[in-house]
Amino acid sequence: MTAFKCILLIFLVVCAIAASLSKKLLNTILIFMSYSLIMSIIWILLESPDLAITEAAVGAGVTTVLFLVTLKKINAIIKKEETEGEKSDEQKGS
Amino acid sequence: MSKKVPEEEYQKTFSGKFRQWMDGTKDPFLGTVEMKKQESFQETPQKKEEREQDKKRLTERVYDIGNNLELKIFQRFYRVFSALFCIFLVVMLLMAVSDLPPFGHEENPVNNEVAARYIEKGLEETGAVNIVTGMILDYRAFDTLGESHVLFIATCTVLILLRVDKKDDREVHETNDRIHEPKNDMILQTVARILVPPILIFGIYIILAGHLGPGGGFSGGAVIGAGLILYLNAFGFARTEKFFTAKTYRRMSFAALACYSVAKSYSFYTGANHIESVIPLGTPGTILSSGLILILNICVGIVVAGTMYTFYVMFRKGNY
Repeated sequence: MTAFKCILLIFLVVCAIAASLSKKLLNTILIFMSYSLIMSIIWILLESPDLAITEAAVGAGVTTVLFLVTLKKINAIIKKEETEGEKSDEQKGS
Repeated sequence: MSKKVPEEEYQKTFSGKFRQWMDGTKDPFLGTVEMKKQESFQETPQKKEEREQDKKRLTERVYDIGNNLELKIFQRFYRVFSALFCIFLVVMLLMAVSDLPPFGHEENPVNNEVAARYIEKGLEETGAVNIVTGMILDYRAFDTLGESHVLFIATCTVLILLRVDKKDDREVHETNDRIHEPKNDMILQTVARILVPPILIFGIYIILAGHLGPGGGFSGGAVIGAGLILYLNAFGFARTEKFFTAKTYRRMSFAALACYSVAKSYSFYTGANHIESVIPLGTPGTILSSGLILILNICVGIVVAGTMYTFYVMFRKGNY
């Protein structure tokens, strides 16, 4: 069990650092979500299932979704099809 | 040391196949797929020049670095001071932490008569098996009332900031909203049809069994809100607006907050005047027990579920 706890805590630290260092905003959000999931498992190991449920629902669920919607609103998630379409347009133009 | 394996042999090994699958050159269903290599990002010299000129113009005209001595000094000292401030803050916090009593020591100020009373008389006085719920919704219900109101105020602020009132703007937002999305996605709809009912039922269970086991109003409400968001994502606004509009939300949260306030006012009044409360505590362990806690849990759950859903809708569309 101690080994499992150690692995989880190491993951937690790695996630926290990676979330702040990653260049793409989408990756940051996904790493942040995994941070919340690991945190909720740690809450269960610390014998507070109330917090684990809340962390999983709010931290991993609702917050992530809100972040993703915001990214979409500010056009930070670039679609693949779009860029391909632009490229083909450029090729036609040239 | 890794041995260099010839290309053909490497492609037959497991890692080679995995690599091919990752690159997308070989699909287990479609067979070999022709792949075009992605071009690396290259800036044309013209664009580079333009960018540099823009930067130069910005520093010269907008900030006027050459003449603006104040800004120059500010920029220079800003970094030094921010670093100093960070170090100061870290040192201060570390000193505060080092002053804390040792973890788990029996003579810590945390272990006073309040906690002892909660543990000894909590079940008897509140009727809740889950001592945490008994604490937050009975002994410290005033805090929770404040929290519910904070959530409600947060929703109001989001409504003020993000609400779109003009009808023309509304249509533009709605068309922009679903531009990049696959409409009526089969996979998502099937998954949602299977998953949403258990999620909602689980949320209701967490709320209703808050005084018996782990859970309570806030976590259950958050689960229900997440389920509603999933439903909305799968089936679109037309389906959810049948049962959840701005009016529903307003009435729901008003009723819940008013119910909470009235119920808690009653218990504060009786408690302050040493009157015996009429509400029976019931036998601990059954679902209809622990007096007001069940009602308060339901109120908090309704407010939280509505808030989560409203946040999402406001971020997406700007109106219901």
